Amino acid sequence: MSESLLGQSVRRKEDYRFLTGSGTYTDDVTVPGQLYAFFLRSPHAHARIRAIDTAAAKAAPGVVAVYVGTDLQGKVNGLPCGWLITGIDGQPMKEPVHPPLAQGKVRHVGDQVAMIVAESLNQAKDASELIEVDYEVLPACVDPAQARAPGAPLVHDDVPDNTCYVWGLGDKAATDAAFAQAAHVTTLEYINNRLIPNAIEPRAAVAQYHRGDDSYTLHVTSQNPHVERLLMTAFVLGLPEHKVRVIAPDVGGGFGSKIFLYAEETVLTWAAGQIKRPIKWTAERSESFLADAHGRDHVTKAELALDKHGKFLALRVHTTAGLGAYLSTFASSVPTILYATLLAGQYTTPNIYCEVTSVFTHTAPVDAYRGAGRPEATYVVERIVETAAREMKIDPAEIRRRNFITQFPYQTPVALCYDIGNYEGTLSEAMRVADVPGFEVRRKEAEARGKLRGLGYSAYIEACGLAPSNIAGALGARAGLYEAGEVRVHPTGKVTVFTGSHSHGQGHETTFAQVVAQRLGMSVEDIDVVHGDTGRIAFGMGTYGSRSIAVGGAAIVRALDKVVAKGKKIAAHLLEAAEGDIEFENGEFTVAGTDKKVPFAQVALTAYVPHNYPLDKLEPGLNEMAFYDPTNFTFPAGCHICEVEIDRATGETRIVNFTAVDDFGKIINPMIVEGQVHGGLTQGIGQALLEACVYDKESGQLITGSMMDYALPRADDVPNFKVSTQETPCTHNPLGVKGCGEAGAIGAPAAVINAITAALWPLGVRDIPMPATPQTVWRALQTAPKARSGRA
Amino acid sequence: MYTFDYARPESLKDVATALRKQGEAKLLAGGQSLVQALRLRLAHPPALVDLQAIPELRGIAVANNVVSVGAMTRHAEVAASREIQRAIPALAKLAAGIGDRQVRNQGTIGGSLANADPGADYPAAVLGLGANIVTNKREIPADKFFLGLFETALKPGELIVRVDFPLPLRAGYAKFRNPASRFALVGVFVCDTTSGVRVAVTGAGPCVFRAKRMEKVLAKDFTPQAVEKIVLPAEGLNTDIHAQADYRAHLVTVMAQRAVEAAAKL
Ligand SMILES: Cc1cc2nc3c(=O)[nH]c(=O)nc-3n(C[C@H](O)[C@H](O)[C@H](O)COP(=O)(O)OP(=O)(O)OC[C@H]3O[C@@H](n4cnc5c(N)ncnc54)[C@H](O)[C@@H]3O)c2cc1C
Repeated sequence: MSESLLGQSVRRKEDYRFLTGSGTYTDDVTVPGQLYAFFLRSPHAHARIRAIDTAAAKAAPGVVAVYVGTDLQGKVNGLPCGWLITGIDGQPMKEPVHPPLAQGKVRHVGDQVAMIVAESLNQAKDASELIEVDYEVLPACVDPAQARAPGAPLVHDDVPDNTCYVWGLGDKAATDAAFAQAAHVTTLEYINNRLIPNAIEPRAAVAQYHRGDDSYTLHVTSQNPHVERLLMTAFVLGLPEHKVRVIAPDVGGGFGSKIFLYAEETVLTWAAGQIKRPIKWTAERSESFLADAHGRDHVTKAELALDKHGKFLALRVHTTAGLGAYLSTFASSVPTILYATLLAGQYTTPNIYCEVTSVFTHTAPVDAYRGAGRPEATYVVERIVETAAREMKIDPAEIRRRNFITQFPYQTPVALCYDIGNYEGTLSEAMRVADVPGFEVRRKEAEARGKLRGLGYSAYIEACGLAPSNIAGALGARAGLYEAGEVRVHPTGKVTVFTGSHSHGQGHETTFAQVVAQRLGMSVEDIDVVHGDTGRIAFGMGTYGSRSIAVGGAAIVRALDKVVAKGKKIAAHLLEAAEGDIEFENGEFTVAGTDKKVPFAQVALTAYVPHNYPLDKLEPGLNEMAFYDPTNFTFPAGCHICEVEIDRATGETRIVNFTAVDDFGKIINPMIVEGQVHGGLTQGIGQALLEACVYDKESGQLITGSMMDYALPRADDVPNFKVSTQETPCTHNPLGVKGCGEAGAIGAPAAVINAITAALWPLGVRDIPMPATPQTVWRALQTAPKARSGRA
Repeated sequence: MYTFDYARPESLKDVATALRKQGEAKLLAGGQSLVQALRLRLAHPPALVDLQAIPELRGIAVANNVVSVGAMTRHAEVAASREIQRAIPALAKLAAGIGDRQVRNQGTIGGSLANADPGADYPAAVLGLGANIVTNKREIPADKFFLGLFETALKPGELIVRVDFPLPLRAGYAKFRNPASRFALVGVFVCDTTSGVRVAVTGAGPCVFRAKRMEKVLAKDFTPQAVEKIVLPAEGLNTDIHAQADYRAHLVTVMAQRAVEAAAKL
């Protein structure tokens, strides 16, 4: 057997196109007769629209159409939410209407008020300034912690207390009882800071209507074009699904923010049908800040009960989650199903109860963002575990070891069943790589330079490979979560793979080609991977939740199984042997125990030129497709160790070492995995040190509306990461893979804050909120009970 | 952007003519501030007068204890200039710390000074070194140039031709970057001259200003310890989501110490 292609750092096939500027992004798509759209957005967080006068805009040069909310009434429905959460009162969540253009009221700064369509973008913008909107400005509430306060302004008149639902998971009574037995209780309050995704490519769409057959083509920056089409046709526009083709061509990053069905492309598609001309819209960066779905935004109180040996007895968590002004596509599931189910972490905590109150605020919608719920859960667990260790004077690694799950499968008290893991393995390897024993020497040396040095852990777990459809359905999902894959063998033996997964930076064109090449004994150059087009791919649920290789890859493997099975039948016929005696390896079908063989390419040719072929028993052709529905989630896990130095004089934190040892199961392409980890860690560090979406509490204005105020991490904000992997293969998918796209963003924040608080603990500082900006840390030092004077 | 007329004169005389023709015209230097304002539709001048093609606005010269930097000199040119690195290393270092590579290759000293962003770096060097701003009409001493938030002594029709920096005995600059924009949250330029010490603070107030108390003590004792205890009153200093006034006041002290340390090393 030749060397396996699985586990090889094959160079990314797609990079030639990206690095030479020959990719095709949505904004590169230009269609003859194309018009341009511009959205007039609300300057207020909350206001009643008394009147809108569009007459001057409509008469402006180049303007073809101007639409406002009332123009859409009865024609375009509200945007749907894909996950129904049922509250602890047994009631379904509140689903206020989410109109694609504001109707009667605006509910956040950036809410779409009007769409102007013109011959040029500048003309559309000029005309937008001629629209007169008579607003009655109303008080706004932007803080989830205040959304239920008496007298808080309501986001939706029909949603009392701004409360979408109060939801719970776990055994409350048993948890409360366990607290009564505790030798020690650690309590922490957290704000999981609201983030703005900032994919490098802003959202964009080009909608076309084809008169000839009354159909539509929509190019759009989407992570899941089939879902986009399904939601748009079935729920919002009422168009026949087969008459709409959605293409998500090259997409420059998403991090979750391009999963959702947004207002802009919906109105654009509808309007293209009205005007019967193509229309393009490309978000400006300022619009991305205002109107992309944001992430996180939790306010949490957690308590951990321990016995006197540091064994965890129970965890009790109360979270208020901000949803923004409207329910985005998967908003309801993120702070519930994707969050509370992860609160066991890597530990045997026998009793867990979590209650989540999700509230509307006068802010942009909040939805899945890299990690989606799991970073929030990891932060809760790993911060409180580390704090408990410090309070009880137990080494933080040791307290984790005392509580690790070691027997698999393991049923947690919060619904999930972990199939496999090795938490001691990743912890001890991370400690070795991070040279934990040498830390004290490094700390002393730093102290001599006036720096506070700290080391913190984060032993995270995530649930990926979303998801078994029946389980997801029972939990409220309004969609299946399988994936589709098709392997088309051409007459010459070359292969095109059609996948329902979508690559927007993840390198699927390479990784998936490796999987196929390995199985068929071919080279990756002989395989092309097609994704992101409802016109070419049967179906797909798309890419998010680190599901592509675990679910999309598995579907391809299932299709390959069918290709090989059919190939064996053809080979048996050609070799005049029994089908059961045919083996397939290294690209050749052989009769077991003989030297009789036929290469794959010849079998492919025979399938398409079936002159010598069992036509009575077998269809010609070699094109197989499969749907794969996973039987469980996958559970990537690992250990991150962060070491920081804090400048006492300025409060500035530098990350001096960062170690990540991750268990992603089997690895197909280590280089791509490493890249995913680097990106994830950087985003996690961004959340911990830099990023904060800030709305003005009074006016509801977005203060961090540009890069001038929203601090994204830059290359020099992060150290040279030390990353490596360990493999405990997933037990229930054919590749043994778990997924790696989100792990960095999930694990890193707690590791960073644990490192900072470790450095500050001797001064009496227990906690530092994210982002731990220089000012925040400096203030903590100013008020630290045991702080000595700083030095420059 | 709104539409605008565009002119690219090749001499100062032609600039003056262009400005006379269109009084509301804006000068375009590196475009690193102006183009953003245009793109965001925050500015809508009827015309832009591009200064790129005017030879008199370019070049670096060191003569008679003065470093002259033409208004259209890019930040990257100042940072890379051997002459400036030798004569006023702190100035080269400051320029090297502005923005990112693209910004430094495009942005100019004249544009930065005319713009007078409260967080800009150059104003600290200009005020700290006691430079003269030479315009097409007159010479303006740094102490009289910066008037307030985005406000300078430049009159309509007046443009910066060059900046003349007198050579210091020693000088140093320390900048604490805004974590998002990387402009100066606080930047302090200290400069020791035969006629005394000057300390200029940027980022902390509406525009660059001198910290006179620090100047006084440093004149006697040019060491970091000398300013360690001098903290500016927070009142009147900038407050925003990145730093409240008291933190900025504290940072002025820390950056002053570090600037003195840097001056001693250079
Ligand atoms: C991403 C980014 C990061 C940045 N970071 C920093 C930083 O860290 N520190 C910092 O100091 N700056 C920073 N800047 C600003 C940068 O230094 C700009 O170059 C500077 O503010 C303006 O210079 P300009 O040559 O681009 O001028 P322009 O943008 O072309 O012009 C600015 C203004 O000055 C006027 N003007 C230009 N030239 C003259 C002249 N000769 N006489 C009279 N008026 C004139 C123009 O009419 C205009 O009003 C940053 C900018 C960007 C985009």
